[in-house]
Amino acid sequence: MTQTTPEAPVRRQRAQVKVRTLRTDRWWLVPLVTFFGLSSFLVYGVWAIIDNSIFVDPYIAPFASPCLAAVTCPEGAQLFGWAPIGDWYTLSPGLLILALPGGFRLTCYYYRKSYYRSFWLSPPACAVQEPHGKYTGERRFPLIMQNIHRYFFYAAIVIGLILAYDAVLAVVHKPLGLGSWILIANAVLINAYTLSCHSCRHITAGRLNHFSRHPLRYRAWTFVSKLNAKHQPLAWASMFSVMGADLYVRLVAKGIIAFPYA
Amino acid sequence: MSYKAKFKVWRGEGGEGKLEDFTVEVNEGEVVLDIIHRLQATQAPDLAVRWNCKAGKCGSCSMEINGKPRLGCMTRMSTFEEDETITVTPMRTFPVIKDLVTDVSYNYQKAREVPSFTPPSGVKPGEYRMKQVDVERSQEFRKCIECFMCNNVCHVIRDHEENKTNFSGPRFLMRIAELDMHPYDVADRQDAAQEEHGLGYCNITKCCTEVCPEHIKITDNALIPMKERVVDRKYDPLVWLGNKIFKRSSSNSK
Repeated sequence: MTQTTPEAPVRRQRAQVKVRTLRTDRWWLVPLVTFFGLSSFLVYGVWAIIDNSIFVDPYIAPFASPCLAAVTCPEGAQLFGWAPIGDWYTLSPGLLILALPGGFRLTCYYYRKSYYRSFWLSPPACAVQEPHGKYTGERRFPLIMQNIHRYFFYAAIVIGLILAYDAVLAVVHKPLGLGSWILIANAVLINAYTLSCHSCRHITAGRLNHFSRHPLRYRAWTFVSKLNAKHQPLAWASMFSVMGADLYVRLVAKGIIAFPYA
Repeated sequence: MSYKAKFKVWRGEGGEGKLEDFTVEVNEGEVVLDIIHRLQATQAPDLAVRWNCKAGKCGSCSMEINGKPRLGCMTRMSTFEEDETITVTPMRTFPVIKDLVTDVSYNYQKAREVPSFTPPSGVKPGEYRMKQVDVERSQEFRKCIECFMCNNVCHVIRDHEENKTNFSGPRFLMRIAELDMHPYDVADRQDAAQEEHGLGYCNITKCCTEVCPEHIKITDNALIPMKERVVDRKYDPLVWLGNKIFKRSSSNSK
């Protein structure tokens, strides 16, 4: 073996391991499943925007709520009968609000991890070399825009409350309807996911250094921190619940699901 | 019960080297570091490995076992199949001195670049009075044993050597978060975290948390809260406006 001194250039080298990873487990499985899981949400979302069966009394599809369009929202679907978007708008009502819950999930700290890993392979898994030659992180446009996550959180709070209102309204009008309870379950998961957000944790009291001076905020932070520990499962559960609830309402609206307590 | 295990161990000085094959005895209850020591005792007396406590508390025996950053002394042989070939390599992010021993001075350099705890000017040592709830959040970060596996696994520098100049790695961003959350620290850490220590490079893929042998929630409890504090400082116009109106400026007022 060649002897070198501490100053030798070779001493400044990493181990010249020629493979991307020496991991022997199925490290590719999680990013692969994540890729298909998130892709299914994107594909469903595109279909839900095109599909017009958004309302069957008393259910409104979560992807279209709040329904703000005067023309394309069926009677009874509008929130408090309010339609701020006038007759000129004839496209899907879901398009009007898509950016808010979509942006919330797109900039979510958990989803960032999942799509950076599964879509951008940066990195695909821990200790697996990424394929990119250069990396600048979230320091430049467009990824620096991830920093507006908290504004999407504010919007998500409003959307979550509206979905809860829709669900309660459905239960009031049709307490024995399966759809009412599907909407309730969805509203609970959506709001739990929203409240478990890292920005929410920061806003409640995470930004403080003296919890003892703000006991109420500290208690809120403690509660949100417990939820925050479940942010990943809540992200998946709420994603599938909103897809499931939305699909259910549309199938009922189309008459495909038509049993008495649907 | 004993059996013979197949090992591939990185041998070489500097970055040059290769994986060498060994067949070595394994006994019940042993860990990977025990096997490395048996290799030293029986087949490769010049095999270099850094170790100390053998109890997962000194952070010396960081290495990569079957490609995953692990502590050699905390990786039980019983977690592998008897017919499995176990590959042991040095940490990939740092230069190799010899065999499994890496030069981790990058970490000491970055540690020196973080300004130390800075109390208010009027408060002397011995006069600090803090409530437990105010300090327990940052006490989690004090569990760090400085094994540097979080910095080793972080793809920002693991896959991009050129980023080492501008990125301090999760270990020292966590140190900055610890100080920024400290009720008696008055130094301005937030601008420095983003501009000098490269917090913006972090894309929160959580590998640092996955490999931490002390199970510190580095990403959720240090890096993301620090990113949110940086957003307060640099990217949120409402917080900026609120600070102007209510004349909040120093971290001590929070």
